[in-house]
Amino acid sequence: MNQLEIQNLHVTIAEQEIIRGLSLAVPKGEVHAIMGPNGSGKSTLAKVLAGHPDYTVTGGSVLMDGEDILALAPDERARQGIFLAFQYPSEIPGVTIANFLRAAVQSRLPEGEELEATDYYAALYEQMDRLEMDRAFTSRSVNEGFSGGEKKRNEILQLAMLKPKYAVLDETDSGLDIDALKVVANGVNALRGPNLGVLLITHYQRLLDYIVPDHVHVMVQGKIVMSGGKGLALELEEKGYDWVRDDIAEPALA
Amino acid sequence: MVSEISPLEIERNAGNFAYPETHLHDAGVGLTEDTIHYISNIKEDPAWVREFRLKALQTFLSKPMPTHWASKDLEAIVFENIRYYLSSGTQAKRSWDDVPEDVKRTFERLGIPEQERKFLAGVEAQFDSEAVYSNIKAAVGEQGVIFVGSTEGLKNHPEIFRKWFGKVIPTGDNKFSALNSAVFSGGSFIYVPPGVKVKHPLQAYFRINAENFGQFERTLIIVDEGAELTYMEGCTAPKFNTATLHSAVVELVAMKGAKIQYITVQNWSANVFNLVTKRALAHEEAEVKWIDCNIGSRLTMKYPGVVLKGRKARGEVLSIALASNGQHQDTGAKMVHAADETTSNIISKSISIGTGRATYRGLVHVPKHLKNCKNNTECDALLINSNSRTDTYPAITVRGTGNSVQHEASVSQVSAEQIFYMQQRGLSEAQAMSLSVNGFVNDLVRQFPMEYSVELKRLIELEMEGSVG
Repeated sequence: MNQLEIQNLHVTIAEQEIIRGLSLAVPKGEVHAIMGPNGSGKSTLAKVLAGHPDYTVTGGSVLMDGEDILALAPDERARQGIFLAFQYPSEIPGVTIANFLRAAVQSRLPEGEELEATDYYAALYEQMDRLEMDRAFTSRSVNEGFSGGEKKRNEILQLAMLKPKYAVLDETDSGLDIDALKVVANGVNALRGPNLGVLLITHYQRLLDYIVPDHVHVMVQGKIVMSGGKGLALELEEKGYDWVRDDIAEPALA
Repeated sequence: MVSEISPLEIERNAGNFAYPETHLHDAGVGLTEDTIHYISNIKEDPAWVREFRLKALQTFLSKPMPTHWASKDLEAIVFENIRYYLSSGTQAKRSWDDVPEDVKRTFERLGIPEQERKFLAGVEAQFDSEAVYSNIKAAVGEQGVIFVGSTEGLKNHPEIFRKWFGKVIPTGDNKFSALNSAVFSGGSFIYVPPGVKVKHPLQAYFRINAENFGQFERTLIIVDEGAELTYMEGCTAPKFNTATLHSAVVELVAMKGAKIQYITVQNWSANVFNLVTKRALAHEEAEVKWIDCNIGSRLTMKYPGVVLKGRKARGEVLSIALASNGQHQDTGAKMVHAADETTSNIISKSISIGTGRATYRGLVHVPKHLKNCKNNTECDALLINSNSRTDTYPAITVRGTGNSVQHEASVSQVSAEQIFYMQQRGLSEAQAMSLSVNGFVNDLVRQFPMEYSVELKRLIELEMEGSVG
């Protein structure tokens, strides 16, 4: 199956269950948004998909194009095509963006094959231009001293360079002013197409004005409680998350 | 996942081989006056050298081990079990063709003749106690540059040698400088005449092949007025179960306006006690830079120093230490300001992996009567695991009003989040570690000569791959 498929996923951290039987499928070529209140487990889901070692999967499966990826190390998943744009990207002092991305691109090549430097830089500059990033950025240390907006742009730059099959964008809109948000959204929109599935995680509807999703899911207490078209986001914005909570109170107790 | 046979082991094995011993001269185990006479007889020392050695032996015997401040691990050295001199002759060959076959093969495996052809102005290769090969490119020799072993230096160039020998580092400086003074053999004697700028580096390679052995090379480098020199040294030994001792003394003299750059990449096997005294004397407007990389050995104690004797002299120590499981890198720098307007700069970066321990010791001394002296000290430590250890002991005494000093120190740990972030981009855990560590030392490594920065990065990568998984 050409989709990222999460089936009845259960996840704990420090013996506390955060994700409680979540199911969701993101087919290639589609953009799905997950919205939800703080503490609903959205960011946990993003990290679990990427294989963060702090979380324990106690049940369920995650299939990428039909293959279970939960047993794979984070770097193996990444090379097989899953990308996470971090909410809080790490700083790597002394390692330039150019060298870091080069190592990342190189890691996807078959053994013994060397990345051609000129091709690499041509691709890098093209993507940087698209994201309106100054080329001087390539020689800066990864995320070190970056503003919130610069960090998010850098995440999207990496997304563009690494060409994953599925991208999870965790609160990519947080900390961005409206101009930066537009640039980042344009960057993501340019990558949309039949070969990429996107899972957008966001607290606010605002991002979805610029990256218009095909489907919207609402996550509360570790589960998808409601799914719909792009209109659902607007409805949520208007009525607030309490509306969903009230709505699910009965069945959740049943 | 990291494979079980890690490349680290392969790299360690690059120096981890030994040929059967075929020494003609062996002073036997233990150290007495007889040992000194044996060495002096073989080397046909002039009388003053024999006297110098005998006096040094008394100094060595009278000095206690520095365990009141240094590692107790020093007590594991059993001086009675060590062999102090092993050689098959005292005359270094000028051509690799004349070097005995197994010794030549050793250095070929280590890539020395190849490097010599590629980018060096001269090479000296020491095997156990004596240099087996020593050669300088004709063009450099024709400029009047002298590059020979210490024995040849003291015999053939006594007028320069005696003037400076033991003057920068006196016999009694410490217990191990006294030991070296008693039994020294091998090492380089270099003289660069006024105004001569040696374009390519001179290199010495120190190889220990024998077990239960101590190597005590003695290096004296004099760079005359306005002259320039870059000197590099490398070292390896096979890994034995018994302790090996390496205790060198290196004295540098930079005359007025001279520049010396001294680069060490120390990659001894993990059974070697590496206890080395290195110091330079910088005259007016001279510049001395020590680049000191410590990757190997069981215990290294080494604090390269510069005595800033002339006005506007400048001293610098760039130090990188990598302490893996079971290793203790006790390194640092000494800057003794003894004239106005002298400046010194110390940058030290250490990385502790697993149970590895890195210690920084720094001494900066600026007396009260001096004016416009400056020191900058930065020491940064990176801890890879939660059981890794680092210690910093800076001793800075700056007196007087017209002098300035700046000291910064930091300790950081590679964070799990940082590693996860890099893994998410496709890098293996070992690659992520290696990139992180290379990033940590990057600003320092960039100042190294090209060949050495590449080599150092490679060594760090291999070390990291071995430390994970």
